[in-house]
Amino acid sequence: MSKLRKKVYMTAGNNTISLGTGRKEFNPKKARPGIEHYLKEAGQATIKQLGGANNIDEGVVGNFMASRYNKQGHLGAFMPMIDEGMKYKPSYRVEAACASGGMSLLTGIRSVLSESAETVLSMGVEVQNAVKAVYGADILAGAGWYQKRKNGHAHFFPGQFSDRAGAYYEKFDREKTRKAFARWYKNAIENARLCPTAQEYHNTHPDPEKLALGTEPNPKVFTPHLSVLDCSKVSDGASAIGILSEEGLKRSGISKDQAVEIAGYGHAVEDVTIDPPEPTRLDTMRKAIEKAFESAGITKDDLATVEIHDCFSIAAVLGIEALGFAEYGKGADFILEGHTARDGKVPFNTTGGLPGWGHPTGATGVHMAVTIWEQLTGNAGDAQIKIPSDRPYGMSINMGGDDKTVFAVVYKKAE
Amino acid sequence: MDYIERLENVSVLGAAGKMGSGILLLAALELTDQSLQPENKKKAFTLNAIDVSHPALEGLIKYVKTQAIKRGEKRIVELRKLYAGRDDLIENTDIIHQYADDVAGKIKPTTRIEAAYESKLIFEAVSEDPQLKEKLLSQIKENNGKAPWFFTNTSSIPIQEINQKAGLDGHIIGFHFYNPPAIQKLVEVIKAKDTKDELHDFALEYAKRLKKVVVPSNDIPGFIGNGHFMRDALFGIQMAEELSGEMSLPQSIYAIDKVTRDFLIRPMGIFQLIDYVGLDVVQFILTVMRERLDDPSLKSELLDKLADAGVKGGQYSNGSQKDGFFQYEKGKPVAVINPDNQQYQKLDEFAKDVDEKVGTPPASAIPWKKAIKDPESESKIKTYFQELKSADTLGARLAIKYAKNSRDIGLKLVEDNVASHDDDVNTVLKTGFFHAYGPVNDFVT
Repeated sequence: MSKLRKKVYMTAGNNTISLGTGRKEFNPKKARPGIEHYLKEAGQATIKQLGGANNIDEGVVGNFMASRYNKQGHLGAFMPMIDEGMKYKPSYRVEAACASGGMSLLTGIRSVLSESAETVLSMGVEVQNAVKAVYGADILAGAGWYQKRKNGHAHFFPGQFSDRAGAYYEKFDREKTRKAFARWYKNAIENARLCPTAQEYHNTHPDPEKLALGTEPNPKVFTPHLSVLDCSKVSDGASAIGILSEEGLKRSGISKDQAVEIAGYGHAVEDVTIDPPEPTRLDTMRKAIEKAFESAGITKDDLATVEIHDCFSIAAVLGIEALGFAEYGKGADFILEGHTARDGKVPFNTTGGLPGWGHPTGATGVHMAVTIWEQLTGNAGDAQIKIPSDRPYGMSINMGGDDKTVFAVVYKKAE
Repeated sequence: MDYIERLENVSVLGAAGKMGSGILLLAALELTDQSLQPENKKKAFTLNAIDVSHPALEGLIKYVKTQAIKRGEKRIVELRKLYAGRDDLIENTDIIHQYADDVAGKIKPTTRIEAAYESKLIFEAVSEDPQLKEKLLSQIKENNGKAPWFFTNTSSIPIQEINQKAGLDGHIIGFHFYNPPAIQKLVEVIKAKDTKDELHDFALEYAKRLKKVVVPSNDIPGFIGNGHFMRDALFGIQMAEELSGEMSLPQSIYAIDKVTRDFLIRPMGIFQLIDYVGLDVVQFILTVMRERLDDPSLKSELLDKLADAGVKGGQYSNGSQKDGFFQYEKGKPVAVINPDNQQYQKLDEFAKDVDEKVGTPPASAIPWKKAIKDPESESKIKTYFQELKSADTLGARLAIKYAKNSRDIGLKLVEDNVASHDDDVNTVLKTGFFHAYGPVNDFVT
């Protein structure tokens, strides 16, 4: 992929809290806010930072399954509810399973590149706690091929990635891999504790790594190779960010030091009806990352931080290998050597990622962009990491389904 | 006849009652589990739910279905395998709802006792009335050609007595669930002198399948559970009466209830527990025990006075608590009875004063809810009792006195050969009454 034909920026990010188990506010027996609440909260905050809806040309909402979780379709038409100033402006919803948020970003980037908009409000939302997790598993299974649902695991996606983990244990080293999963969990919780919107923000467990190590997978009630601590959360939340041209930034009066520039991106899709050719690799993710690096003209060595789609801890290990930070089969070592921790060589998922911050599926891709924007512009609060001047890039990798749609973005602080 | 054949036709007598509905639910779940095994696919299983009340029987199916859905949600991994052959059931929601239909579909609600004439296994959970139990069981025995086995849920009447009076030839065993049966882990199994061994073997297998904790009790009126609870309750009433020299009787009832709950780390105070069980039920059980043990101390005039005046406690059919010693709003006590005129007095009129007199538990107290989840609670509770013994509050003194008596009751049950061992008494209180620790301990000695 070649360089972008014009400069595209992101700024004015906002995340609602990620609500679900772990948050003190969460009570499964009590009524909770609906999809409207989250759209309004995140959308209005970003609109305000952009100087009002007058400055926005178009809206886009990434969402996976509101049609089933909340019996609600037609999410694009919620934009004017978020702000009356969006009335009669173009707006729509995009979907690619858990990469729906990524598709929202991509849509905004394309609108700016095609010069059909100077400023796009890009959002993502999902409200999953409307149903119990056992029924949510049915809904999320829609990210796979329905013809395979019958023979799949009750918890379909944990089952898919459990198969990958099992294959990886077999081919490489189970004990070491599980240790790396536990370390990954610890990093996630510790990072989440630094981010007030994170679902595990209130987590006070004295030793999350020991907890994860001691929580063995139990195939009788869950999957054979992954425990619940290897999985992302069930979450309600929304994220929003502005995607702008140079002209758009000017119109909103936002200085470049408060924005990131999109250095490049990669988008790759694989056949949803086939099984992974090699369960111990994420080939589609690798392809999307290669495209993104090529488009940005950088390598992994230029990255200061990464937001990776760690819906399951095995996905993090395989993702590290897909990025090239570790050879095939060595992803666990990279984690155990401390390189992904917030004080490591390349801090990953600095606000907790999908197990720590939360995974409101359709919002996750946008949430990743917001986190990278915060880190590169010095707006990450207690979760702020140091960005080395010789490695100024950030990357987000958002995956839909079992390595079927992947959208990777390279960012750098705008100049 | 093997385990499965015995389960092919089952009846529950008193199926719409508080205990009967739980016993029915557990039987329906077990029958369904069996029917889903590949080798049993062609067998038919029938579960007669027999009760006198039509409306209550209707509510019963709804209750069973709701519970079956909850259970299906928890067992979905296993259920997907059991329903793997059903191509039409794809999503978890399809399977869970089919499972709930299958569970409820086993149940045949009826008000006619004749339904039990075809059954090979009969769970009896009617009122704790010896004559009624004997009449129903002998009637079924006379008309049933399948040599049925009787599992009685009596909590106090000797099994041997029912066996003889109903002429059951040893085809009866005590299989005493705790309330609510689907939740409390305990089953007290009482083998009477003439109980056949094969009933006992089946009882243990059935309890194991239900994942119950079995405690054997000897066939002595009240068994272990009520042997302890009745005496504990009587002591609580006696303490309240004694305390009424220092405060009014309603205030004393409130105070003793509070001490037995908060100071003794129990799920409920003793008066609330009497309300939960029902004053009339307690009265009935005391009568059964008093007459058969020839022990006049198993009686409370205060309790009799209230029960005879219609203050009964227990629950409505929707599970909500009826008024007894306390008046309840949304399950919480809000007023306490004045036994002299049976008027309720609001707790907030005096609770603050009484709370001050009683004092607060020492700092090391852990709330009951936490204690039952804490694997190290026994040692923490022991430390707490050390502090309690040296605390100079009315509440602490009353609590120690009550705990000592509760321990003595437990020891006496072993001495009288109701229980074979201290541990059995402790297991009954922990798994049948949800206590965080057993009464026979060295905390108060």
